[in-house]
Amino acid sequence: MNVRQATVLVWVLLLLALGLTALGICVGSAGFENLLQPLLNPLDDPEQTAMAQQIVWDIRLPRTLGAWAAGALLGLAGALAQGLFRNPLADPFLLGSASGASLGVALALAAMGSAGGMMGDGLAFSVFGTGWLTRLGLTGAAFGGAVLAVFLTLALSKGVQHTLRLLLAGVVVGVVLGAMTHLVLLWSPESLQAMQAFMLGSTAFVGWTAFAVMAGVWLLASVAGALLARMLDGLSLGEATAHSLGLPLVPMRLALVAVLALATGAAVAQTGLIAFVGLAAPHLVRSVVKTTHGRLILLSSLMGGVLLMAADTLARWLIAPQELPVGVLTAVLGGGYLLWLMHRGTRGGGLSL
Amino acid sequence: MKPLMFAALLLVSGLAQALQVTDDRGIAANFARPPQRIVSLLPSLTETVCELGQCARLVGVDRYSNYPASVKKLPQVGGGLDPNIEAIVALKPDLVLMATSSRAGERLQSLGIKVLALEPKTHADVKRVLETVGQVLGVGDAARVWRVMDAATQAAAQSLPKSMATIRVYFEVDPGPYGAGESSFIGETLTRLGVKNIIPAKLGPFPKLNPEFIVRANPDVIMIGQRSVDSMAQRPGWASMRAMREQRLCVFTPEQSDVLVRPGPRMAEGARLMAQCLVDKAGAQVSATALAIKVESRKP
Repeated sequence: MNVRQATVLVWVLLLLALGLTALGICVGSAGFENLLQPLLNPLDDPEQTAMAQQIVWDIRLPRTLGAWAAGALLGLAGALAQGLFRNPLADPFLLGSASGASLGVALALAAMGSAGGMMGDGLAFSVFGTGWLTRLGLTGAAFGGAVLAVFLTLALSKGVQHTLRLLLAGVVVGVVLGAMTHLVLLWSPESLQAMQAFMLGSTAFVGWTAFAVMAGVWLLASVAGALLARMLDGLSLGEATAHSLGLPLVPMRLALVAVLALATGAAVAQTGLIAFVGLAAPHLVRSVVKTTHGRLILLSSLMGGVLLMAADTLARWLIAPQELPVGVLTAVLGGGYLLWLMHRGTRGGGLSL
Repeated sequence: MKPLMFAALLLVSGLAQALQVTDDRGIAANFARPPQRIVSLLPSLTETVCELGQCARLVGVDRYSNYPASVKKLPQVGGGLDPNIEAIVALKPDLVLMATSSRAGERLQSLGIKVLALEPKTHADVKRVLETVGQVLGVGDAARVWRVMDAATQAAAQSLPKSMATIRVYFEVDPGPYGAGESSFIGETLTRLGVKNIIPAKLGPFPKLNPEFIVRANPDVIMIGQRSVDSMAQRPGWASMRAMREQRLCVFTPEQSDVLVRPGPRMAEGARLMAQCLVDKAGAQVSATALAIKVESRKP
């Protein structure tokens, strides 16, 4: 029964993603518009066709798909984190990766000096739209920061044997690195604006390269997730049971943490800190279907992709040609839906977290 | 005897009557005599004081004030939004000039320091602020200073050929991307120069745009700061924009950017900078377009 439900949900989410891709191609700086007409009839107005091609192919398509990939990475990481910690409040940033990435970006911004923007008092250059070298620097800094923070968490918790200790170490690392980020920003107030853009997340400058990186990491993480899923199922029965089942807990936890760091690091480096997708996606899936971790990981990955894609489409649609920060919308969309589910759950007894 | 004394009294009270000025927060301040020790917490206000020839009265500035060069030697008291209250008080100013957006004003006032909060945002504001500061400082020729600035701006506009009216400009203030709209100070200068702005006034002064909007608008000229220019070609879809292909980019150094974005007495210089670049970058296109129109009109 559950298997069938899960299969249906996979198809629904895939169809939704396809539909949203089509919608994402039609939504841009002019609000909703149909560019298919000029695309398919190149003879009518060659100039219009060239423009439509450029807009759809170079800008909207990579951006829309990039939003999906980033959401999918976060959803996958969320499912892994909640399984690893056996805690419904766990999200992909729990091991300190978000604050590590922020610190990396803040340091990179400060090192590159008060750059870019013209409004001297604090407007500096964007995290997402800078030159190859800078971009590589910032992406690398975000990724490196995220991974280093996870290692720091691991070192503080003395390995992965104790979930609770790991959780606490993650919180401590998060707070301390967050404070250090603020300290760095205090020294270089010019980077504040760029930092804010990073904290709220944006897909505005996701091109084909960024999408390819995220899609590659997603494939890798999905395979790893599928391999680790059975161990997560064992772990959900309790550590003692998992142990008595003969599951290699330590190497498995290490592998999980590595996948978690890789997935969040890749997403954060390309799109900044997009809140709530990782936390909400597994819950949204569980509210529909109860299933094994293997399917949950896949489903919550697809759910995360759809969630972020929808949020991104709305972000550029609502006040076009201006843009809303996508992180704000994911919180409103995902949070609102989750609250509604919980409310319904308490009345009808449907949802259990 | 009595009328004489009465007249004397009137005279004294008239002399003692303080100048009252209401600032942009709507708070009135009285000045018995022109202030002599001034701290300025906004670069454009620093420049305004100096333009009125009263640079010597400045005893401290914020960390962003860098023009004229002489203010760089003054003690810095933090930024406009995060000033060091203690450092300001230690300078014993009899007037602090600052932006309305800063919360430090109330604190300084409660410490007994006179504060004028002025927020120049448009060309009209530049004039108003110049007059207000001139009045407070007891400088008579603020109106003349404004006339000179205004005439120089006008001259910059007139240096451009009439055909420039078809040129459409995108001015990027930050690679967010945030652009300068028609209602911003920069937008007003562009309007004054007689060129078009791709960002209409209804989007506000500095909207955060969808990058696609700029690609679609396909501006003839892009004005941008030096540090963000390298990355522009890497933005998805930007490399094929006409202005990018034909390198119609007005790239401004940080010093020039300061001139352009500060609503202050250097607005004429900013207009000249933009006009110069427009002639360099778009002059050829204008004549080409004019030619194309001629050819077009000859077609049956």
